[in-house]
Amino acid sequence: MLRKRTKMMKVSYFPGCTLKNKAVQLDIYARKCAEALGVSLEEIENWQCCGGVFSTAKDEIATKLSSVRALKEAKEKNRPLVTVCSACHNVIKQTNHAMSTDAEFAGKVNRYMAEDTDYAGETEVMHYLEMLRDLVGFDKIKEKVVKPLTGKKIAAYYGCLLLRPNSVMKMDNPENPRIIEDLIRALGAEPVMYANRNECCGGYVIMESPSLAEKKSQAVVENAKSAGAEIITTACPLCRYNLLKNGADIPVIYFTELLAQALGLKEDTDEQ
Amino acid sequence: MSSKNERLRDEILKRSGVNPKKCMRCGKCSATCPAYDEMEYHPHQFVSMVENGDIEPLINSKGIYRCLSCFACVDRCPRGVEPAKLVEAVRLEVIRKQGANHLTADGVEAFLDGEIPQQAIVSALRKYSK
Repeated sequence: MLRKRTKMMKVSYFPGCTLKNKAVQLDIYARKCAEALGVSLEEIENWQCCGGVFSTAKDEIATKLSSVRALKEAKEKNRPLVTVCSACHNVIKQTNHAMSTDAEFAGKVNRYMAEDTDYAGETEVMHYLEMLRDLVGFDKIKEKVVKPLTGKKIAAYYGCLLLRPNSVMKMDNPENPRIIEDLIRALGAEPVMYANRNECCGGYVIMESPSLAEKKSQAVVENAKSAGAEIITTACPLCRYNLLKNGADIPVIYFTELLAQALGLKEDTDEQ
Repeated sequence: MSSKNERLRDEILKRSGVNPKKCMRCGKCSATCPAYDEMEYHPHQFVSMVENGDIEPLINSKGIYRCLSCFACVDRCPRGVEPAKLVEAVRLEVIRKQGANHLTADGVEAFLDGEIPQQAIVSALRKYSK
């Protein structure tokens, strides 16, 4: 009879549409690494696209229902809801906050959904980085590293969505974050500090004003390189796309790929 | 202020939840805005124009489509005014009207370069169309 050597921690997992398509590396290595670190990511059943952006308008109801459905499923299983994509995380966390703090909005959502039980923001929404920091612990990750990324100078690119609005996201100090730098250190590499790490890449406005996205993205890459970065890492598929589309000449890779390399779950090919 | 402007102002304030009277005109929102150069009316002007019911120019401005929703103005405002929420409310005032979509599904095709993530497309459609 097989025996479990260690007890796996179970969390609900919302991958989102981009992670099933253009950002599969973000998803695949998130799953592999979680497994190796003792966390089982259980994908939400029949999840729907989060919509990519949270509308701050109080009379926008229908666009937030997919998030509420995912949050409700996690609540029924009594688990935290873990996200990896910066956009999904921002949308779901802001929706959850609105459900717990804005009774008028929550009332409209619950009446619209007309299900047996109401939802009032009970689920804890956790980004994968927070899961690594708070559930697993960077010390434990350090112990599990088999191929330390020694000597690599890596710039963490936070962008906007992970950190702002800070009153809701509460992941880290929004002006001087350290969660990704702490992960980089745990993996044996050297984090590069630079001013633009929490400035916008241009986001979806690349489809409205490509020149604006070009300016913003180039400023991020130039700033990171001038501080000595050899690699830029991010949690956001759109940040990665914008930086590469606008001429980044150093690798821009997902943080889950770095983690997988250090844990011996992925070859280091420095691929883009 | 005309009754039409007053109605529009009240609608924008209700939808956004913003109280523009908290603004002390320090301009920090505009100083930190990454889309500043692309806006005819900068975030601090946006706040005072909404407060004064001067909303028609905002409705007709391209700036409402250039806001990156990066929340820099929201987090960095010393008075918690949250200008980005006003931009969102005014943009919705426009695109909720019949035939006023700023981007359509057909318009997306030009951007399909084989690499663009779904996130970009769904976000732009959410921001620019109903």
